[in-house]
This record gives sequence, structure tokens and C-alpha cells, in this order.
Amino acid sequence: MTFNDYLFLFGGMGLVTYLPRALPLLYLAHKKMPQWLIDWLSLIPVAILSALLAPSLFTDAATRSFAFGKLELIVAIPTLIFALKTRSLGGTVLIGMLLYWLGGML
Amino acid sequence: MNDSNKQTLRQGSTAAWPICLGYFPIGLALGVLAQKAGMPWWAVAMMSIMVFAGSAQFICVAMVAAGASTPAIILTTFVVNLRHVLMSSALAVYLQGVNRSFLALFSYGVTDESFAVNLTHFRDGKWDRWRALIVNHLANSVWIMATVCGALVGQFVPQGALGIDYALTGMFICLLVFQLQGRIYVITGLLAAALSVTWYLLIPGDSYIVGASMSAATIGYLLKRRYRRGR
Repeated sequence: MTFNDYLFLFGGMGLVTYLPRALPLLYLAHKKMPQWLIDWLSLIPVAILSALLAPSLFTDAATRSFAFGKLELIVAIPTLIFALKTRSLGGTVLIGMLLYWLGGML
Repeated sequence: MNDSNKQTLRQGSTAAWPICLGYFPIGLALGVLAQKAGMPWWAVAMMSIMVFAGSAQFICVAMVAAGASTPAIILTTFVVNLRHVLMSSALAVYLQGVNRSFLALFSYGVTDESFAVNLTHFRDGKWDRWRALIVNHLANSVWIMATVCGALVGQFVPQGALGIDYALTGMFICLLVFQLQGRIYVITGLLAAALSVTWYLLIPGDSYIVGASMSAATIGYLLKRRYRRGR
């Protein structure tokens, strides 16, 4: 691929990535949002985080099948407890990494 | 630089470090794959600057390696990144009345990770758009650097060192915990987990993220409204 091929490809990808990020902000930040929308949007973060996380803990990506008891899931349990107890983001990240690293060596 | 600017910069950087830590191994891996797919390092840099979307970039590299057409790659990118509509909408609650040029710059850095970190801080109060912008742009700089490093020297880095592959999972777990501010949030989270796993197993592609989170939020919202009325 030449420089221009890449420019065209990434330009297109950049545009279709940027617009979904920018348009809702540009529109909604200058509009009085109805209360039902604010209430609904307040549940979006927990829902998105859960939807991003759960398949990586409960499924095998290579075969796209259910997998119970992956190392990712086993490590997630003490990591979750640590997060609930300490509410420390940095600490949780480090504990998760440490346990995952140790678990991988077993 | 005056004291309040320094404080903004420091707090923004403190909030960004888990993202940066998590981006590094993923960026390296992306760079290595891109280089194996025949992309030169400058194309990797160009992609990370112009697109800045991890999962779409991985898919792009795989599709380039498989010889897919440019329109097919762009269309796939669009579908994969549609979830950011939800994130930007949720952030708009905290960026009411902010000028459009700031929002145009800020939008560029809205990713799964920066969204989750910034939204958590916004909800706690004590957060403003400048700190949020620093989080976005620090994460972006690390991402560009890591992907280019991966393209140049990535094949010499050992796999799985120090459990760093778990950094983003750990961060998402903790940010999820921060979101659990009442029974309705726990119910919505559990619903989203069950729906996303089922959706992921049954329907090919990436629609599970948007599909499961919108469904779970809607059910959660209806439950909350019904509960309120019932009292």
C-alpha cells in the first residue's frame, strides 16, 4: 500500500470514528436534556462497563464459546473484592496484574 | 504555570496512569501485528493519530492482512465504534454549555477507557473539563508511542510480562465498582453482564456491547420508574 492508500483508509476510519464521538456531545451539550434521558444515561456507564467486561471473563474469544473458570475470571474475584474494600483504582489495577501474573506461572 | 494549572495537570495525570499502563502492552501488540501485516511504522503512527480506537485498529490490521477492501474496513470501523455515541451522550450531562471548539477537541479522545475514568470522576464532583481533556490526551500520546514502539521493536518484548495484560481488566473492574451506587445500578450491571455474554455467543460481530448495554439500561430505567410509582 502506498502513502495515499493509507491516508485514504485512515482518513475514512478516522472520520467514522470521530463523528459518533463528536456529534452527540456537540448536540446534547447545548440542549436542555429531558429528565428521562438523564436518568437513562446515568445507567449507561455501569451497563457498558459490564458489557465490555463480562464476555472477556466468561467466554473464550478464539472459539467464541462459553468458558467458565478462565484465569481472567478467577483473578477477577479477589480483584473485585479488593476494589469493593479499598475503592482504590491504582491498587486494584496492580493487585489484578500481580495475581494474573502469578496465576499464569502456576 | 500557576498553582491551579499545576494541580489540574497533576490530577489529570494521576487519573490517567492506569489507562496508560493498560494501553502500553496493547499498543505494543498492535504494533507487532501491524508490522507482521506489512505496515511500515509511519503508517502505524498515522493510524493511531487519525483513528485512535484500539479495537477498530486491531480489526483494521487483521483485515489489511487478509486483503480486505478499503470500504469494507471503513464500514467495519464505523459499526465497531458506534458504541461511542452512548459514551459521548453520557458525558454530555457533565459538559453542558461548554463551547463547541472545546467539545470538538475533547471528542477526539473519547475511548472506552477515558470515558469510564472521566465519567467516574465527574460523578464524584471535583472534576472539570480540563482535567478530563488531560486524561484523553495523555492516553492518546501513550497509545501513539506504544503502537509505534510495537511496530519498531515489539517482537523483542516478552509476552505476558508482569501480568500487564490484565491492567485494563483490573481498571474496568474497579470502575464498575465505583458505578454501583444503589440497587438499581447493581441490577443493571448484572443484566448487562448476562445479556452481553448471551448476545456475544449468539450473534457474530460486536453488536453485543451496544445491544446489551442499551437493553440493560432501558430495563433498569423501567424498573426504577415502576418502583418509584409503586411507592
